[in-house]
Amino acid sequence: MEGMKKMRDELWRKELRESMKNKERVAIPRVKMPELEAAYRSRSYDEVNMGLSVEQAVLEAKRCLDCPEPACMSGCPVGVNIPQFIKYIEKNEILKAAATLKETSALPAVCGRVCPQEKQCESRCIHLKMKSEAVAVGYLERFAADYEREKGAVSTPQPAASNGIKIAVIGSGPAGLSFAGDMAKYGYDVTVFEALHEIGGVLKYGIPEFRLPNHIVDVEIDVLRKMGVQFIANCIVGKTVSYEDLHEQGFKGIFAASGAGLPNFMNIRGENLSGVLSSNEYLTRINLMGANREETDTPVFFGKNVAVIGGGNTAMDSVRTARRLGAEKAMIIYRRSEEEMPARLEEVKHAKEEGIIFLTLHNPVEYIGDEKGFVKQMVLQKMQLGEPDASGRRRPVEIPGAVKTVDVDLVVVAIGVSPNPLIPSAFSGLNISKWGTIIVDQERLQTDLPDVYAGGDIVRGGATVILAMGDGRRAARCANMQWMG
Amino acid sequence: MNKIVSKEALSANVMKFVVEAPLIAKSGKPGHFIILKTGKFGERIPLTIADSNIQDGTITLIIQQVGKSTRKICALDAGGYIDDMVGPLGKATHIERFGTVVCACGGVGTAPMYPIARAMKQAGNKVIVVLAARNRALILMEQEMRNFADEVIIMTDDGSYGQKGLVTQGIEQVINREKVNLCVTIGPAVMMKFVSLLTKRYEIPTVASLNTIMVDGTGMCGACRVTVGGKTRFVCVDGPEFDAHLVDFDEMMMRLGAYRDYE
Repeated sequence: MEGMKKMRDELWRKELRESMKNKERVAIPRVKMPELEAAYRSRSYDEVNMGLSVEQAVLEAKRCLDCPEPACMSGCPVGVNIPQFIKYIEKNEILKAAATLKETSALPAVCGRVCPQEKQCESRCIHLKMKSEAVAVGYLERFAADYEREKGAVSTPQPAASNGIKIAVIGSGPAGLSFAGDMAKYGYDVTVFEALHEIGGVLKYGIPEFRLPNHIVDVEIDVLRKMGVQFIANCIVGKTVSYEDLHEQGFKGIFAASGAGLPNFMNIRGENLSGVLSSNEYLTRINLMGANREETDTPVFFGKNVAVIGGGNTAMDSVRTARRLGAEKAMIIYRRSEEEMPARLEEVKHAKEEGIIFLTLHNPVEYIGDEKGFVKQMVLQKMQLGEPDASGRRRPVEIPGAVKTVDVDLVVVAIGVSPNPLIPSAFSGLNISKWGTIIVDQERLQTDLPDVYAGGDIVRGGATVILAMGDGRRAARCANMQWMG
Repeated sequence: MNKIVSKEALSANVMKFVVEAPLIAKSGKPGHFIILKTGKFGERIPLTIADSNIQDGTITLIIQQVGKSTRKICALDAGGYIDDMVGPLGKATHIERFGTVVCACGGVGTAPMYPIARAMKQAGNKVIVVLAARNRALILMEQEMRNFADEVIIMTDDGSYGQKGLVTQGIEQVINREKVNLCVTIGPAVMMKFVSLLTKRYEIPTVASLNTIMVDGTGMCGACRVTVGGKTRFVCVDGPEFDAHLVDFDEMMMRLGAYRDYE
């Protein structure tokens, strides 16, 4: 925080602050993200949000009051120096803004797209106290990272001199990449092991192109490569190589970030019919394997009447994908009301604009198949909201006798995931919770095995990209203290 | 990238590949499988490991051409490369001294049975292999099995080799003759279903190794789910072997056909 204050006191920041009155800054309306038109994009895989122009970004940056105690930063799991990067944008020194982001975030172009900023940095913005809309921190982050990439000026943070210590990272998703980036900066010799054939984890197999294009993820991974991080695909720690093998190869420490793997199902009748699949399977076939494209060998069902079960971001990704693949009716089936939906507001808004039908307060109770075993109908139980449950949200309760049958030819179940049991079962000595997550010291993210740290969904059980990245950073800081101390 | 060391045609549609995969050769055990992918636009497909050689750092894969992806793989030649391969996946076979073990396999199911049957023999079991196929040309790995098995019974649908009849008839001969402590079955789903029905009648514990549709093979997608004893299980992480008497083979067969019209 001391360093932060010092940066704020630098002459250029002072001059910039004084160049405009706060009243004028607050009077500027929040920028609107330019978007592809709904009718076009609901049939295309192009990215929906088009990004800000330089003029839009600079104007939006002026809205930031450069507060003496920036509350926004306390809402950021990786601790991005938000005022500093925004003020560089205001000053039209965009590359410096991008470099500022990279000091704390290994994946700024990713975070600028998929972070729930409205619940984090932007939720603490001073503007909200003045009945004005928050500064669009997320849009600006994306703008700076995109600008740097599009100008061909992607910078690589300079790692410290090598300390020769070998570190293994299990999983190349957001937690693993964030940890790898920080450890490389500290001077470690980092190797990331990935089970799939592509690097990027959920950023590649989970989040669709129209929200996060894969080539953008690849550019950020390339930066890590240039920093000396090595990536080994097709290698499952705990299967292909063991914990002992890693030690034999001279790895001094391990960060387990294998993610939440296993899809949950509801265990209702007909759920194993063909045409009923997990969101993981549906999205992986399309995002990772390209099943929607002619030239690929992986097949996927193109449903006409598609039901997606769930109300989270993965459900929105799935239903919007189905729409793009030609669904005439693409439906969200959610047992609570829209108010309780965990999906980002932007995703819900985009989905509605694209013609997605929302059947809230409905819960599937059975799927009915045809003679070949394909799903043809689902039986929905209508619900109403009762008393709040353990999550603080009002509990959905059945309305007795209120059921209806709806025709469907594809059902995607997106009701959450459970941790992947591969690491917990392959490393003896880890402390595992009844949910299958790895239990860590909450502060340091260290497991019961002193040389193993863990973070992301394998610890949290199912959270967001940015929380996983925050874990990666924190684990790196703590591991560095242990291994260098 | 995994180099193809050798390739050999075992029948018109079945190829044997020996592939460099030192880590998989070292950590793989009977019952394990791998997932491979060829080409940028290739599909990820699961294949069982037919043999492995730790010294040479190779594994043996036996592949039947059934669809687009298996045809592509079978078109690769020795000296070429398989782009992506990951494993060993799944749980290894539970090997112990049971007594008399009947290994009933059909078609390319013979390939994954080979290391399992051999391990059963090494554990001190009497191993009787029942090899079944439509005709003589489709009987695989007979000599390899004969090298260690106590007995090999050949069954062909058309009687062109061994005895005319189904795999179940071969198993039943053994059951009628001596005490069988365990049956292991690998083959087409319909074959395993009837093996299971037979051994259930005689109350012989039976293990079936299932080969379902998969994408990642690590528990992530759930494409491979089967109902076992009324519960949904994932073949990739809970299997591939299950108590055959509890497997819902009819559901499994329906699910195997899911993408037939989409390829």
